Amino acid sequence: MAITPDWAAMAPVLVLAAFALILFIVDSIDPDSTNNPLLAGIAALGSGTAMIVAVVYLLSGVGQTDGAISLYGGQLVVDGMSLLFIIIFTSVATLVHVGSIDYLADQEYQAEYYMLVTLATLGMSLMATAGSLATVFVSLELASLPSYALVAFLKNNRGSVEAGLKYFLIGALASAIFAYGISLVYGVAGALNLEAVASAVTGTELAGILGVGILMIAMGFAFKTASVPVHFWAPEAYEGAPAPISAFISSASKAAGFVVLYRVFVVAFPISAVASAIDWVLLFQVLAIVTMTIGNFAAATQENVKRMLAYSSIGQAGYVLIGVAALTGVGDQSLAFGAGMLHMLVYGFMNTGAFLFIAMGEYWGIGRRFEDYNGLATKAPVACVAMTVFMFSLAGLPIGGGFLSKYFLLLGTVSAGVWWLGAVLAINSALSLFYYSRVVKAMWIEEPNGNLEAVDRRGYPSGLYAAVIVAGVVTVLLLPAIGLFSGTAFDAAAALL
Amino acid sequence: MLIELLVAICLLGAGVVFFLPDRFAPKASLGISLAPLAVSLYMYAVFDGTGNALIDGSGSIAFESMAEWITVGPYALNWHMGLDGVSMPLVLLSTVLVPLAILASWTPIDDRESQFYGLVLFMEAALIGVFAALDFFVWFVFWEGVLIPMYFLIGVWGGPRRKYAAIKFFVYTNVASLVMFIGFFGLVFGLGDNITTLDLPAIAGALRAGELAALGPIGPELLAVLAFFAMFVGFGVKVPIVPFHTWLPDAHVEAPTPISVLLAGVLLKMGTYALLRFNFTMLPGVAQDYAVFIAAVAVISVIYGAMLALAQQDLKRIVAYSSVSSMGYVILGLVAYTTYGFGGATFQMVAHGLISGLMFACVGVIYNVTHTRMVGDMSGLADRMPITTGAFVAGAFGYAGLPLMAGFAAEFFIFVGAFQSTVIPNDGMAIMTGLAMFGIVIVAGYLLWAMQRSLFGPFSYDGDYEIREAARHDVVPLLTLIVLIVALGTFPNDIFFDMIQDAINPVIDMGDVVLDYGGGA
Repeated sequence: MAITPDWAAMAPVLVLAAFALILFIVDSIDPDSTNNPLLAGIAALGSGTAMIVAVVYLLSGVGQTDGAISLYGGQLVVDGMSLLFIIIFTSVATLVHVGSIDYLADQEYQAEYYMLVTLATLGMSLMATAGSLATVFVSLELASLPSYALVAFLKNNRGSVEAGLKYFLIGALASAIFAYGISLVYGVAGALNLEAVASAVTGTELAGILGVGILMIAMGFAFKTASVPVHFWAPEAYEGAPAPISAFISSASKAAGFVVLYRVFVVAFPISAVASAIDWVLLFQVLAIVTMTIGNFAAATQENVKRMLAYSSIGQAGYVLIGVAALTGVGDQSLAFGAGMLHMLVYGFMNTGAFLFIAMGEYWGIGRRFEDYNGLATKAPVACVAMTVFMFSLAGLPIGGGFLSKYFLLLGTVSAGVWWLGAVLAINSALSLFYYSRVVKAMWIEEPNGNLEAVDRRGYPSGLYAAVIVAGVVTVLLLPAIGLFSGTAFDAAAALL
Repeated sequence: MLIELLVAICLLGAGVVFFLPDRFAPKASLGISLAPLAVSLYMYAVFDGTGNALIDGSGSIAFESMAEWITVGPYALNWHMGLDGVSMPLVLLSTVLVPLAILASWTPIDDRESQFYGLVLFMEAALIGVFAALDFFVWFVFWEGVLIPMYFLIGVWGGPRRKYAAIKFFVYTNVASLVMFIGFFGLVFGLGDNITTLDLPAIAGALRAGELAALGPIGPELLAVLAFFAMFVGFGVKVPIVPFHTWLPDAHVEAPTPISVLLAGVLLKMGTYALLRFNFTMLPGVAQDYAVFIAAVAVISVIYGAMLALAQQDLKRIVAYSSVSSMGYVILGLVAYTTYGFGGATFQMVAHGLISGLMFACVGVIYNVTHTRMVGDMSGLADRMPITTGAFVAGAFGYAGLPLMAGFAAEFFIFVGAFQSTVIPNDGMAIMTGLAMFGIVIVAGYLLWAMQRSLFGPFSYDGDYEIREAARHDVVPLLTLIVLIVALGTFPNDIFFDMIQDAINPVIDMGDVVLDYGGGA
């Protein structure tokens, strides 16, 4: 469906920008405001509105039926994939805003917190629509800089500050490498627009420089998606950050990394054009296998639940890398590619929900290890049902959408002729059940340790409860209703390839 | 739409019960579970299926419904449900046993009741789905869906070693699911472009038409064999067959007794049902080629299970191991590939469901009163608990195959069918059958001995509890089950066997045609 004027296709992004400004104005009127529900409400309203607009656009075929909508000379592109990912970012942001109401109750600088989350969401949405390497870099920085500040938000907590510093230093280094990679590619292609790059690099004589440039760009994305070999910041950052921010970074920020990775590699560096410079399909095959295996094995050895989730999210990144690792040119290419997008969508809900559940644990102050969750189901059965859904869905049991998206990935690998990649996925997935079910076992089966009076003392945080329950319901509903998005995801994948 | 109604009632009921206050949960869940029972009885009354659900053109499927769900690459996934003469009795078995199990839970379950009964109803929904689904994907969702509530039911409300038993159950059945999944998808990928859905009848039809092609370096014949055994092992864990049976006694002993009723009564039948549907209907050629091996596994399960039962002191373990033995008969009947063997195997699933349900329920009632299950810890309970004792005796005779009880009809059908069978040359099946019959003798002997020691003789009991007849709501399930067992044994044909024959004869009739699987036939 066409839309007039053209720039109206960017409505979700504009809504986010407008609400970031509204928060700014509210903050300047009353800088010391601690009216947390009002601030969270404004922020959630903004991301919620953006999400609804994006859903309406996606389902009515904007940027899909008549081809992608290209704006400002191709600097921004709105198509099915960008809308799908904007839905992921905005829904994660909405859940995080709502979940932060209780978490931030006693903190300073609340308006800044919501504003930074909104701005980061804006940056991610721009990443999803970026059509040239310049906009990719700018939007990536717009998404990253607020994230660094947010990780270090609990400024009196040494863990949080240390995590923020580590995240910032590694992030700055990754950005530098990424920018250098872009400059090398620019040197070869003489263009930054993704499609122009693709036509310029075909048959280039400077294959060596191009290869190094692409490798550096790939490393930049690996940082953003917390994939091996630049994954080591993730456990620290996720563990030290306030739990709603861990949810935000591990779900939305990771998805943002994947959407640009998908677009840049498929549009700017089609494997047929750059095969002589670098075989990035092979590169991602190796990275996918190593990432999922390292993530899963490391997660299995953790004693701290938040850290386990951090490593598990590295493992999940490995699954999504299959989306590009299966672009072998054999069979139906859009299957694995679209499945990667769908997995990110489901993951957005189940992983955010899981981290928000941890936020609930931190709110109560019951502790961080598996044993500290013992018997929690006797105190908070509803939240524990939701957490059980997240864990089993992350593990790929058919209780939530995670089962289907993983299965689609498996099917995609087989149809692309890389069945061994699917086999590694299946084995890792079976292994992951071991550590995910430890949380479930602790909550439901073990006897309470006596640390749960804290739950009675602090009461039930309504905002976190609402966010966790919504995430749980959506995770379950994505099992029967994934058809709502699967068609558009596979079409979007086919349109790009 | 009736199948969807059944599933929806159970799911909604589970949701409602989960949020009820604990004191209302037992009665509310019983009331809710009567609704699917009524619906399934109505379905049984108007049942008009005449064919096998997996064999197109063999006749009609009852209550069939089909709706598009998702399309993924080359495959359409559909919501495809329907019942035939094999699945209808099993659905009825599930809806009958669940209310009885709920009733039997009123006494022993006194903690977190609303969660307990909610999970039971959730499991009922999944069980009905397993028996009714005709699309692999829908079926697999329900299949795994049974696992999750069972894990909690054992792990939260079980006995002292419940954590170990729950994890063992979970790991065994999950690994088994993975093996089965890989085997089945080997077939799907081997069929390649010949199928466009994961519809089970379509896949069975394509396999029957010999459309299985090579998968990589693996030729079609080998692929069929590998897939058959991957699925055989995967489903065999659930049945369970020796040597994959070790999770079962642990799960049974630690599970609360009403859950043992459901575990032995319905969950084990998922394994044999899936074997019937997948292995023996889709790949009959392989099954017949390897009949000696499969029959040997069946006989070993029968004899070894019975021998293990001999060595136990715990009443629950005795019944658990004798279940291993009884399920061996089902495998023996299936591999015979005769009307009576195949049909008898299906009949045995229902008969054993009721009889083992009765036995576990009796053990549960005795445990509620005496707080022990050890044979040596009590004797002479008959005077003080006459009704329970009578029910226990009836169950034991049912296991032993007393005529006019369901077990007799089932085992008689299986033995007749197995004797007639020619799948193994030189009367091999007759020899196997002869061996398998010893299992009954051993189990009968041991059950009688256990009964004699614990129920009859002079009264003695060292515990601190007063021994008297159980409450009325504990006794009702026992009597109901006895009535059903006798009815099924007296009128086997009218109640289920005619229906079963309609559904399984198309499988038997495939005969030699199906032996020519694979390759470009």
